[in-house]
Order: sequence, then C-alpha cells, then structure tokens
Amino acid sequence: MSALPMTAPLSDADDFASERPGRRALRRLLRRKGAVFGLVVMGLFVGLAILAPLIAPYDPIAQNWTSVRKAPSIAHWFGTDEVGRDILARIIYGARASLLAGVISVMIAVAFGVPLGLCAGFAGGTIDMLLSRLTDAMLACPFLILAIALAAFLGPSLGNVMIAVGITTTPIFVRLTRGQVMAVKVDDYVEAARVIGNPPWRVALVHILPNILPALMVQATLSVALAIIAEASLSFLGLGQQPPNPSWGSMLNVAQRFLVNAPWMAVWPGLAIFLTVLSFNLIGDGLRDALDPHQH
Amino acid sequence: MRGSVLDSMLTFVTRRLLQLIPTLFFVSVMIFSLQQLLPGDPATTMAGEEHDPAVIEQIRQQYHLNQPLPLQYAYWLRGVLSGDFGESMRLKQKVLDLMLEKLPVTIQLAVMAIIIAFGIGITAGVVSAVKKDTAFDYAANMFALWGISTPNFWLGILLIFLFSVELGWLPASGYVRLTEDWRASLASTIMPAFVLGNSIAAILMRHTRSAMLQALGSDYVRTARAKGLLERTVILKHAMRNALTPVITLGALELGTLLSGAVLTEQIFTIPGFGKLIVDAVFNRDYAVVQGVVLVTATAYILLNLTADILYIMVNPRLRS
Amino acid sequence: MRLPRLAATAAVVALTATAAYAQSTLRIGLAEDPDVLDPSLARTYVGRIVFASICDKLFDIDEKLNVVPQLALGYELAPDGKAVTIKLRPGVKFHDGEPFDAEAAKFSIDRHLTITGSFRKPEIAAVDHVEVVDPLTIRLILKYPFSPLIAQLTDRAGMMVSPKAATTAGDKFGLHPVCAGPYKFVERVQQDRIVVEKFQDYWDKDNVHIDRIVYLPIVDPTVRLASLKSGGLDLIERVLATDIKDVRADPKLKLTTALELGYQGLTMNINRGDRGKEALGISPKVRQALDLAIDREALNQVVFNGEFVPGNQWISPENPYYQANFPVPKRDVSRAKALLKEAGVNGRLSVDFMVPKGPETQAPAEVIQAMAADVGIDMKIRVTEFATSLQQAEAGNYQAFMLAWSGRTDPDGNLYVFNACNAPQNYGGYCNKEVDALMDQARVLSDPVQRKAVYEKLTKILLDEGSILYLYHRRILIAHTARLHGYQQMPDGLLRVIGLTLE
Repeated sequence: MSALPMTAPLSDADDFASERPGRRALRRLLRRKGAVFGLVVMGLFVGLAILAPLIAPYDPIAQNWTSVRKAPSIAHWFGTDEVGRDILARIIYGARASLLAGVISVMIAVAFGVPLGLCAGFAGGTIDMLLSRLTDAMLACPFLILAIALAAFLGPSLGNVMIAVGITTTPIFVRLTRGQVMAVKVDDYVEAARVIGNPPWRVALVHILPNILPALMVQATLSVALAIIAEASLSFLGLGQQPPNPSWGSMLNVAQRFLVNAPWMAVWPGLAIFLTVLSFNLIGDGLRDALDPHQH
Repeated sequence: MRGSVLDSMLTFVTRRLLQLIPTLFFVSVMIFSLQQLLPGDPATTMAGEEHDPAVIEQIRQQYHLNQPLPLQYAYWLRGVLSGDFGESMRLKQKVLDLMLEKLPVTIQLAVMAIIIAFGIGITAGVVSAVKKDTAFDYAANMFALWGISTPNFWLGILLIFLFSVELGWLPASGYVRLTEDWRASLASTIMPAFVLGNSIAAILMRHTRSAMLQALGSDYVRTARAKGLLERTVILKHAMRNALTPVITLGALELGTLLSGAVLTEQIFTIPGFGKLIVDAVFNRDYAVVQGVVLVTATAYILLNLTADILYIMVNPRLRS
Repeated sequence: MRLPRLAATAAVVALTATAAYAQSTLRIGLAEDPDVLDPSLARTYVGRIVFASICDKLFDIDEKLNVVPQLALGYELAPDGKAVTIKLRPGVKFHDGEPFDAEAAKFSIDRHLTITGSFRKPEIAAVDHVEVVDPLTIRLILKYPFSPLIAQLTDRAGMMVSPKAATTAGDKFGLHPVCAGPYKFVERVQQDRIVVEKFQDYWDKDNVHIDRIVYLPIVDPTVRLASLKSGGLDLIERVLATDIKDVRADPKLKLTTALELGYQGLTMNINRGDRGKEALGISPKVRQALDLAIDREALNQVVFNGEFVPGNQWISPENPYYQANFPVPKRDVSRAKALLKEAGVNGRLSVDFMVPKGPETQAPAEVIQAMAADVGIDMKIRVTEFATSLQQAEAGNYQAFMLAWSGRTDPDGNLYVFNACNAPQNYGGYCNKEVDALMDQARVLSDPVQRKAVYEKLTKILLDEGSILYLYHRRILIAHTARLHGYQQMPDGLLRVIGLTLE
C-alpha cells in the first residue's frame, strides 16, 4: 500500500485550500455512488442491530413446534427455522452478533497491531527484526487454520471467535503501521519534531499517527468485512455463536442441511452477510479513493 | 540491467531468503505450541469408542506424547531437517507421503482459480477503467466485489445445489486426477476453483483498474491516440500491456492466499487436497500432519511473496533503490 | 447407420449385456474417512463398514440379532462357561491364497490380544489363550465366564487376517489389509477413496455379483445426498432424518432402514470433579425433574419428523431385553417443578450442557433446552468439537453431556462401560456397588430369560438414579439407487455386500 501523506499537493483544481482535509475527504467519499450505497446499507444494518428489541416481530429464541420449517407467510415474513423460530427476528438479532464480531475483532487487531507497528517502525534494529519475523510468521500460516486452532483452544463462543479473529488480523495492522511509519519517519516535519527534543511516544502520537490514520481507516473497514466472513466461517464449523443465540454464520450452518426442503432458511442469512460485507467493502474502497489525492 | 543493479538485487534476494529461516522457525514453534494448547490429545481422540486406559497409554508412549514439550519439538525438528516429517497418528502413513499425494490436487485447484480470477478481475478492471464513472464502472465493481463479499463455503453450497442437484451438469463432490480423465477432472474442480478464484478477483480488479487508469492517462497512450489509432487498439495493445505487469505480480501473491481459502472449499466439495488434510488433522489432533502442512504452506507463501516482490521491482525501476 | 445394421448392433449389445455383467462398480458414500484398515487397530464406525466387504468374521448376525455362522460354523460353550469350542468352515482362503485354518484363527485372535495399540484387547479381555484342537477347530480358554464374548466375535474382534501378510507387514498391515472377505483390497487414497474388488476364491462367491466397490468419504450430508441424487454415488449411509421425505419422493432412490443398536442420551456428571458437586450431580430428584421435563415424543416429531424411536433405557423398546414395566415417561411439568422444590432448588437452575458437534445433535439439544426452561432449568448449550469433548468429559468439565453410543449386539455392551465404577467410559463418575454386582451377575449367565430378570432389578435402580437419561434411538438410514437390488440393513449399521446386484 502506498503512503498517503496529507501534505501532498492538492490535485483538485476547484478545491479551496482553506477547506479542512477531513471534510474534503468526506465530500469526495460521498461523490462515489458505491460508497454511498455502502454507507446506507451499513447504516440500515447498524440500525437493525441497535433497535432489535423494538423491531423484531418475535423472540428470536422462542421455539414453536407447530410451525417448524414453514415457508415465508404473513405471520412469518422470512419463514421459520428447524425448531419453529422466526427467521426475520433471528436475522435482526443476528445483526448484533455478526456486526459486533466484525467490529470488535478489528478493534482488537488495531489495539494490538498499531502500537506494535509503531514500536517496530520506530525502534528499528533487533526489536524491529523480531517483530517483523513474527508478523511474517503469522501471515504465512493459513489464516483460517490459526483461527480454528485459537477458537478451539479458547472454547466455542462468540466472544472467543472475536478474540481469535482479532489476533489473526493483528499482523496485518502491524505490517501496515510499520510500513507507514518507515515511510513517514524521514519526512522533514517528523525530523523536526524529534530534533526539538520530543520523546518518541509524543512524536508517534501527535505527528505520525494522524498521518497514517487514512490508511488505517481504509484497512480497518476492509478488515471488518473480512472479519464478518471469518465469523461466519468459524460459526459454520460450530466454533462461534452458541445455540440458541443467532448469528448469520451459525444460521447458515444449519440451513445448508435444509436447502431442498426449506431454502428460505439459507437465503436470508446469506443475503444479510453478503450485503453487510459488500457495504463495508464499498465504503473501504470509497475511503481509499477519497483519501488518496493521486487517484480519482 | 547494469552491474550494480544486479548486485543490489542479489543482496535483496539473499537477505530475504535468509529471513526465511527465523520466520519458519517462528511458524513451527507457533503452530506446535498452539496445538499443545488445544484441549484433548491424539491418544484419547484416536481411542474413539473404546477407551481402555492401557491402550491410550501405549499410544502415548509410541508417539513420545509424555515427553516434555521442548523435547517433542526437538524430535520433530530433527526429523524435518533429515526429510522425515513424521507419521500421521490417525492414518499411519508418512506425512511426507500424504503431502506429496495431496499437493498436485491443491495446485491444480489453485492454478485454475488464478486463471478464473484473472479472467474475471482483469476484464472487470479494464471495463471499469475504460468506462470510468459510468454504470459499467459501477456494475463491474459490484461484480468483482461479489466474490469477496460472499462466504466461499456458502457460494460453494449454492453452486452444488444449482449445478449438481438441479441441473445435473457437474458432480457434487469428489475429485478425478488430471492424468486419469482430464474432462472429468475439470468437471470436478471447476466449481471449487470458481469459488476460490472469485474471492480474489476483486483484488485483481481493483489493481487492474488503477493500473489501467494510470496507463490510459500516460504520455505513451496520449501519443498513440494522437497518432489516430483506434480506441480499441489503444486500450488492448498499448494500455493493457503496460498495466498488466504489476497485476501479474499480484496474482503470484494471491496464490499464497488461496491456500487459506481452500480450507473450507475443499471441505464442502470433498476435494482431497491440502486444505481438507489440515482441517481434519486439527480436529483429530494429528499433530505431525498439521506441523508438516503448515510448514510447507508457509514456505510456499513466503517464496511466492518474494517472487512477487522481485517481479514488482523488476517492473518498477523506481523501486529499485 | 442404416436400420438393419443398427438393429443388429443393438441386438449384439443386448445379448452381451444379458449374457454377462459388464464390470460393475458400486460407489458407496461414507460419512467419514475411515481410520487405519487394520482390524486390531481400527476404532471408527465407518471403518467397520469397509471391513464388512473385505474382512470376514467368525460369526455374523441376522436382523433379529441372532448369531449366524460366517467363517466359523458353530460354537459350543463349556458347562462352566470358561471355554468356547469353535468349529471353523473348511475350504476358505485368504486374499493372498493362504488357507484359513485353526492356526490362522489362533494367530488372528492372538494378534487382537497382543499387538501394540490393539483396541480389540479390552473387548476380548476374557480370553486367556487359544488352543488349536484340530485343523478346523479352536478352543478359547477364558479367564472367567463371559456371555457377551460370542457377540464380540461377530464384530472386529472376530475378524480373521492372513498370518503370512500380517507377519510381513507388522503394524503397517492396515495400509494393505489381507483378509478373507468377499472383496479384496486394491488401493486407498486417503480422504479420497478406498477401492476393493471381487475375490475370485471367496467361499460364498456365487452370491457375490458386483465386481468392484469404491468407498468415497463425503463428510457433508447434504453433499452426500446431492451426489447420490445426481448419480455420482450408488449408496449412501447416514441420511439425515429430515431428508427422508425427499428420498422417498424420488423414484430413482430407495430408502432402507433399521433401528440402531445404540442410543442418544444425556450423561449426567454425578461425581467427576467439581461440576459433579452441583445440584444436578448431587440430587437424583433434580435429574428426575430434567427427565420429566423432556417430551420425547415431541422431540422426535419436531426434530426428526417422527422417524426415530423415543426410548428411556439403554436398549430400544424393540429389543428383547427391553423392560416393559418401565415405559417411556410422558412429560410432566408440574411434577418436575415439584421435584425441584423438594430438592431444595430455589429460582432457576443453570446447567452446563456440552453438546458434541454433529449434523443431528444441535437441534435436539435446543429443543431440550426449551423444554427444560419450562420447568426452571436453564441448559447452557456448548457445542464442542469431538476431541475437546472427550477431554472435557474425562476432566468432568460439564454437567450434562449429550453423548450417543453406536451400540453393541449384546446389551452388556451398551451398559457396562458406562455405568460400572471406574469403567473407561463412565464419564459421569457414577458408582453403585449394587449395580456393579448385578451387571457382573448378568455377564456370567447365558440364559436370556435369567439375564433379563437380573436386568430388571438393575433397570429400576438406574432409572431412579438417572446416571444417564436415555432419550431416543436413531434409525440407520441408507439411501441407494433403485438400480441396486437385494440390499438389507442390519441393526449394527454395517453395509453388507453379499447378494447385491446392480443393473
């Protein structure tokens, strides 16, 4: 990934130099149709997740043994599942699990990855060498295997899946941060800050971090998309959200057995995952274009 | 290339190859420790239905499971350095033999996946660059993004349902060797390859798009247009040729990522490749198999990364410093 | 092609087809990849399915669970029960041409008893040594009377291997097994396929019509069925109960079933580790309350479309040893709540419910959870993968464990290892000397009527104490192409390949 210093010359001729960089980026973001679509869809799902208790037509874990695997109808808009629970309610509450899984995993990855990357980038020498080799090692292992092993070790639960996915996503942020630090370290303003006598942590926080923020934001958004899919994959293997609580991945796990008899069980969770992940990808792409002045 | 450039390339490559050693060491220690942390052990897992403690103890002795962990790791390392990756406790076959058996399968799948990824990614990227900011751009973007936005196990199940059960065109599972019957082999691998390739098509598309945009705005192309050449020729012959080289190097990189995606896909489609081998081994606590497969996979991934970086530098003279 | 030539060709083709079967291949879809194909070292259920075609045993069973001859013609029990004389079938050859005789039989049993890592040893631990009486007779001298022994010889412990091949290969025998079954081993590609082909010198070769069998492990039940439907397979095992309707509706497929020998139940942690010291483990009343909270009929209907059989004992209601005086209880919510109060439980009771991962374990667990919630018991489901669940069970790291057992022909095989003090699979830590004594007594008796009487006393105690809540008995569900004729399913789950024809 290329560095995106905010100090690069503007290329939009019609922009006023006095406009704040953040607002400029936002405006450029909103110009891209894909990103807008993504923001709208994401907003929709976040809304569903937050307002779940108010919107959901039924209790998502209430079983109804007389309406097992019923097709979509007026009573159940999305149909019912293998023990008679309302699928629409489970999709709405499932948004909580899946979105939380995506966001918290990435937050863990950022919380560990960025400081480690700053460390490696700044310290150089042996620390850098050790951290870099460790990061390379983690990135070289097939991600899903690491996640499966971690989740199996921690025990099956949604929380542990978040930790497992968070840990396996950390190296990406370590590498990204380190790369950005290396690129920006030699810039004049940073040199100046150090020469004045600022301690390294201050230089890192005040001078370097704001400048690598755009790249981090882009990667974070894209990583949330991947984390949601990772949660679905791990739940598919039985390692994630425990029954009876819903998550889209675990719903797919069950649904695949009923593809012929009750296809609606599979359609809605699959669609939900697809739309959510797509929206995060679109937002990420949009952010990348909006924040990189070299690209239109 | 001039002498000094060749020298710096050699230094670069040598340095990266040397870095391989500590990295692989970390990989093996990491996976070894992780497996030991997993609850349950191979002896009990293998004992299955009848759990005679005496038999379980015998198994433990046979595979050094009672030894202290560093010693067990040392046994394994010594074996690897002399070419012996140990034995699968469950299948009683040499890990090396198992890997050699499965490697061609996964390679076939990976190559087919890359070809499909290139097909989708490059087409979508070129279209969206040429028709920038139109509905085509938007559609191509969505089409390529579709691949990474759907969980691949999910796409796999839907494809099986459509093409095997409903239409009956393709087999639902199983694998036929390329050497046995190439037509059946393709039929059995086309769906999983599509699922895998689809997921990286988006990445290829993005880079093709930006590379194409750069190429289309370059002096070289402006000259070609000024000369009055057909737009189609400009795109196909001049812009694409320059745009594609960085994309190809990216493809080499993504080949490594495919191995991770193959894990679930091989499970769904019952393709006896590396992915299926390692998932089963993790769940059965077949330590030696997991160690061996992860080591080989990691090595391949790092070497592919290195190749991609070399190609990238060769193509982009600016980065040679 | 002109019409007369076409007709002639057609006639020739038809004649050749009816005159002799073309190389026929039966493709069987298994639910798992079998482990090592060595009768002494194998432990998986699916491994037994493959053995059914390549390794004949001393005895076999029929659909009524009676012992019938296979490589042995009959047996005679000594009056004190400490010796079994077995007459062997003459004229039998192993796949490598070696003859099957008393020496080979002795070798095979000794191998089961002595080879390192043998899983058969605990099964026939009662055997002290084997004597060769004459070339076609062996005598097993037992350390103590053990009525389930013959039943063990109808399974892997009774499988005969070629001494020459086994001695040469040692513990690598499983890579290329040589036995005396109707088919001989050809090749195996791990996780891909196992190929066997007809053994020309099989003792019952007139009843073997199919030339080759290919076993293909396909883990996902949906994909397995899809393969069968699309023609990629000819027979599959472990069809999901919820797919039965689909199979029955397809005219190209046939469904064959049998009630299993085993059961699905909830093992209660009574005395293992700290978790055994909680309310569920301490008080039989709490366990009874849980038992009464479950509506087994409804569970069967909701989850399995009514296809399975509810049960409350370690053998199914259709088994001759089933005790009719202790029928399957009906749900009783008020009595359950009362029992909880009597046990001193105030408020809701939380139970750590470990459920092993599987295609048909999660749904019943969820239904049980909902049913238990109605009486005030909150079962917290924990779906655990197999290896972990074994370790946690041994460590006592659970309160209720949803454990199934594939079942053995003899009722003792479903009972002893789970309920005897310190038995290897007694995950609940249950220990009752009286129960132990009754089980030992039943093992020594050989008359079924006497044994059943002993078991009656046992049943009362076990059901009162509730060490394991038996829930239901599954059906062995086999789906195959309608072109396959002659297939019959036995309750032990094995896929027998004698007498099959494929169009």
